[in-house]
Amino acid sequence: MPDLINLLKKRLGMETEPEVPSDAGCGSGSCGCKPQAPKDSFDQVFDKKLSRRGALKGITAGLLAGTGLAQTSCSVSASSEALDEKQLKWDEYFKGNYKLMTDEEKKGTVERLERLYELRNKDRIEVSSKNAAENVLFGYAFNISKCRGYMDCVNACVEENNQDRSSQMQYIRIHEHKNGQINFENSEDNFFHEVPAEGHFYMGTQCFHCENPPCVEVCPVQATWKEDDGIVVVDYDWCVGCRYCMAACPYDGRRFNWGSPEIPREELNKKQHYLGNRPRKQGVMEKCTFCVQRTRDGKNPACVEACPTGARIFGNILDPESDIRWVLENKKVFRLKEDLGTEPKFWYFMD
Amino acid sequence: MKVLIQFVKDGLATTLHGNRAYHVWMGLLTLVMLVGGYAYYIQVRDGLQVTNMSDRISWGLYISNFTFLVGVAAAAVMLVLPTYVLHKTDFKRAVLIGEGMAVSALLMCLAFVVADMGGPANLWHMIPGIGVFNWPNSMLTWDVIVLNGYLLINITVPFYILIRHYQGKEAKKSVYVPGVLISVFWAVGIHLVTAFLYAGLVSRPFWNSALLGPRFLASAFAAGPALMILVLASIRKFTNFSIDNGALKKLALITTVAAQINLIMLGSELFKEFYAPTHHSLSAQYLFMGLDGKNALVPWIWTAISLNVLATAVLTFNRLRNNMKWIGFSCFLLFVAVWIEKGMGLIVPGFIPGPWGKVMEYSPSWIEIAVTLGIWAMGCFIFTVLAKTAIKIEMGDLRFKKEST
Repeated sequence: MPDLINLLKKRLGMETEPEVPSDAGCGSGSCGCKPQAPKDSFDQVFDKKLSRRGALKGITAGLLAGTGLAQTSCSVSASSEALDEKQLKWDEYFKGNYKLMTDEEKKGTVERLERLYELRNKDRIEVSSKNAAENVLFGYAFNISKCRGYMDCVNACVEENNQDRSSQMQYIRIHEHKNGQINFENSEDNFFHEVPAEGHFYMGTQCFHCENPPCVEVCPVQATWKEDDGIVVVDYDWCVGCRYCMAACPYDGRRFNWGSPEIPREELNKKQHYLGNRPRKQGVMEKCTFCVQRTRDGKNPACVEACPTGARIFGNILDPESDIRWVLENKKVFRLKEDLGTEPKFWYFMD
Repeated sequence: MKVLIQFVKDGLATTLHGNRAYHVWMGLLTLVMLVGGYAYYIQVRDGLQVTNMSDRISWGLYISNFTFLVGVAAAAVMLVLPTYVLHKTDFKRAVLIGEGMAVSALLMCLAFVVADMGGPANLWHMIPGIGVFNWPNSMLTWDVIVLNGYLLINITVPFYILIRHYQGKEAKKSVYVPGVLISVFWAVGIHLVTAFLYAGLVSRPFWNSALLGPRFLASAFAAGPALMILVLASIRKFTNFSIDNGALKKLALITTVAAQINLIMLGSELFKEFYAPTHHSLSAQYLFMGLDGKNALVPWIWTAISLNVLATAVLTFNRLRNNMKWIGFSCFLLFVAVWIEKGMGLIVPGFIPGPWGKVMEYSPSWIEIAVTLGIWAMGCFIFTVLAKTAIKIEMGDLRFKKEST
């Protein structure tokens, strides 16, 4: 398995060498990317010494004072909450790219999001900004022999990740192949009949979290990137919605919010991560994050947990004791469209 | 400064006055723009779900028109070179019109891109300095740079020439010729960069071809001058601005050669896709023959090819190419053909079949059509304003008066 070994070497090399570009193409020589002290976002420019939030608060207060004068009929308590919400929204609109934020700034935006939700819904959510742990590189293996097309993974994924119910968005697609061929062109990924169907077998696809992700390269604003634990994420608040990443993905791994996403209040998963399952908004891209809100806390992704047949295996491929590592070392594994050089961290195997 | 203010005032006065036909034309364009604006309002309010784009076919009519118009913008300026550098003076009058066309086409391009955005309010994220500009990795950032740079050049050069003429002075060559030269190279650049936007995607074999860029250029240099000929001919008809047949015929020659090269490349593409088809040829199969019983684009592409061949054949005969009626006819055919071929015929099949072989079809919704028409109306409006002012100055009707009236 030269691929895996290379991959591991590459990753382990990263721990010792100071600067190996984690997203290929950037950082290689003089491309204008400055990883050490990110300066190119509104936050980074206007924060720090000048205390951006203070300054913005001043501006907002000024604006609001103006509107306040015009509408003298506002009651004091309601207007203070409204003022609070307006200010939070203002701060949120002008925040920088999450990728370039310091830990403190990450905390700040997460707190604002929690507070905004509370103001609007009189209810609390918990948004995490937990960073990638060291010496972790997540990988996934899919056992073709075991999958029987029950789709429990798909449903668990939708519930866990707060996906839009109105458009029935799903990150996972289950493809039903006829026996004797793995040919996606002849298979169906939208079937409504009893499973497993006679003479068929099943294969799931989702975002493969490529080591060399084409979607990341093409994003004009770096709203999507690969985290240190190998998860490809999207900053939903930074995305401009051009859908170039969607055209660039060879695996159909990305989804777009064509309308305003709807999740019934009682079904909302309140345990969230900024880069993971926090509710998205209209006009932005989203995708599978290997359930970052779960996996960074040491749990399995929802799809792995939900699978009744044990076809899905997830773990840290840098950990020699992990299940995923055992699969990679002991099974004959393969990946899809390897010729494109994207290096997916999603392997298939058979018993 | 005083000149500038007076220039703007006089320009405005020019655009506000005209005969009945002019007012009807502008009124009509405004109406279409308003309808488009309303459709865009609905799109912003409800999201892109009001279009017929989907996760399977994620770019549609907007990006198709954007791609086509980049070509128009690039081609219009190819007239500039012979005029200002090679001293072929018969082109001179046509050039300002060409640059006006480039400016309008570019503004339409930018409008189409903005119309396609899911979050237009977040576009400040792209401004270097306060946002994050993923340059040089993302071809889209290259496109932003080249399109805006090209727009800047094409505004400043004609502006300089016109404002000098407005004051009754001769424009200085040393000032504008460098600008002109840059703009010519830049024109090739905007086209290649836009082609690379698509050609760089390994996920879409239909676009991932080395021929895409050259074919973009060839078809653009056919459609762009073809549109120029039509526009110049109608300007000649509706105003006193005289453009001699020689200029139009030279343009027709450029169009002819470009259209011929374009056809050769089409043949080469068809050979590669159909002589030994692989599953990378499925998009072409969908486009030209239909796939899995889905064939929405088949009539369109064959119409485009027929028009293309017919127009190129007509233009190839010297005798017909010297007849203004035939030139106008074939230029119109060419323009329509390339609009189909470099618009929907290029963008939509890129998504069909999808990454896992799914064959879905796309046809635009009325919102998309209304917004598109609105943007085209905006382009025509801008062009009319620019051309009208330029013509008036060039004909000497509009001059700066020391004692302002």
